[in-house]
Amino acid sequence: MIAAIFEYEFLQNAFLTGMIIGIIAPLLGVYIVVRRLSLIADALSHVTLAGIAASLLLEKKLTGFSGVNPVYMGMAFSVTGSVFIEKLRSVYKHYQELAIPIILSGGTGLSVIFISLADGFNSDLFGYLFGSVSAVSREDLWLIIIISVIIIAIIVSLYKELFLLSFDEEHAQASGIPVKIVHFIFIVMVALVIASSMRIVGILLVSALMTLPVAASMRIAKGFKQTILLSVIFGEVSVLGGLFLAYYLDLAPGGTIVIIAVLILLVTILLKKVKTSRPAKV
Amino acid sequence: METRQEPVIKIEDVSFRYEKNNVLERVNLTVNEGDFLAIVGPNGSGKSTLLKLILNLLKLQNGKITLFGEEMNQFKDRQKIGFVSQKANSFNTGFPATVFEVVASGLTKKLGLFKWMKKEDRRHVIDAIDSVGLREYETSNVGELSGGQQQRVFIARALVSEPKLLILDEPTVGVDAQHVQSFYHMLEDLNKNRGITLLLVTHDIGTISERVSHVACMNKTLHFHGKTEEFERLDKAEVSTFYGHDVHILSHDHHHHHEGVR
Repeated sequence: MIAAIFEYEFLQNAFLTGMIIGIIAPLLGVYIVVRRLSLIADALSHVTLAGIAASLLLEKKLTGFSGVNPVYMGMAFSVTGSVFIEKLRSVYKHYQELAIPIILSGGTGLSVIFISLADGFNSDLFGYLFGSVSAVSREDLWLIIIISVIIIAIIVSLYKELFLLSFDEEHAQASGIPVKIVHFIFIVMVALVIASSMRIVGILLVSALMTLPVAASMRIAKGFKQTILLSVIFGEVSVLGGLFLAYYLDLAPGGTIVIIAVLILLVTILLKKVKTSRPAKV
Repeated sequence: METRQEPVIKIEDVSFRYEKNNVLERVNLTVNEGDFLAIVGPNGSGKSTLLKLILNLLKLQNGKITLFGEEMNQFKDRQKIGFVSQKANSFNTGFPATVFEVVASGLTKKLGLFKWMKKEDRRHVIDAIDSVGLREYETSNVGELSGGQQQRVFIARALVSEPKLLILDEPTVGVDAQHVQSFYHMLEDLNKNRGITLLLVTHDIGTISERVSHVACMNKTLHFHGKTEEFERLDKAEVSTFYGHDVHILSHDHHHHHEGVR
């Protein structure tokens, strides 16, 4: 396979994209999980699907629209969806989690309408749902590189603020941190990562890549930085391992990646069991 | 140096309502530098609301709050105020953060946007952890500590930015009775030896009355504000019927009562 990577551009695209996604999805995932917002990723991925479906529909109906990468429309929808989630969370102050099913079903509903308007799509859509390695273009790769650089730069420069916001939102506000702005930046980053990850793992599995490595890491890590580091390592192992296995065994890459992440999670749970049988210091 | 005369907190004619419920009615209160003030009152008396207004967690509706001589909206030096919330006792204990990381988060505002901690800041964090006696737990996850230890972590987080004023909202809720005394002792030390002005909200006046310098009694409006000695001279029976049964007036039998008070 190593030889094949040098030979085929699509394999290079897929592997490089996968490596980057393996870093940024769990990186943002840490914040999503500790803030108990895991389902937001799911809601936004369904909105992204609506964007993709809209783009494919336009491509089918308007001749001038062909050649436009559906990922852009997916991102636009995803970011818009994230803004709506925030609005809804402030409308339903006491039932903030309501925002998630509203956006999730709204996104799915729109997707189905767009798909039916187009009288169904070819295999394209399947690729977006479950990930498709061969669909990753050089353009996708560049887009993902740019987004990742921006996201990593933001996380590095707002590290303290994001930590405090995640750990204790009230305290962040009381100490004069611009909580709303930081949160907004965060949710937009989530939307962008979801839209860029779905080429590899697919819309239905994006949230798994953001949450499973974190869930595993939290079992064994000491502290927040270590949680981030381990999450990224687990994410990377899942993506690269999944892509290799999928290539050799001819499996669906998205599914293989997620199953490896699940296996890592199981191992960490077992490890923790072994660890806690020792006396804990309190 | 600021002028010594300037009160740390000046609350003038502050009223507040949640939808149709009046929670605060024309409250006036002044806290001077070096005070150790306990605000006592039953549940729902608006004392936590008052703190939230001072901390800018709620928007001021009526009246005026002046902090360190500056009006609320103008006041930007938020790092001058340390805050230990009641919520600290019910925070997400599964959160993967070490004691060091939590205490360091108290420097967020002081360091400013885009800045990372320097060596010197790390030393401040270690000193703050030391000052609450948790040095050996520096690298433990906060969730692994006991309730009393966790509360001390939050005190350290509030102290690390070297505040002039420390605000505590029901700080002993969730702390085992045997640790309450040493906790208050630590507060007394901060007040006397480090000159930090303390504002504490509690419904448990019994335990605290021998430590604080001033007491304010609240139930929607301020009923009494004065030195602790004056408060002690008030007719206890009258005070207790006035504030309901969850205010502890007696200062001797708190060990037995503490757990029932929530």
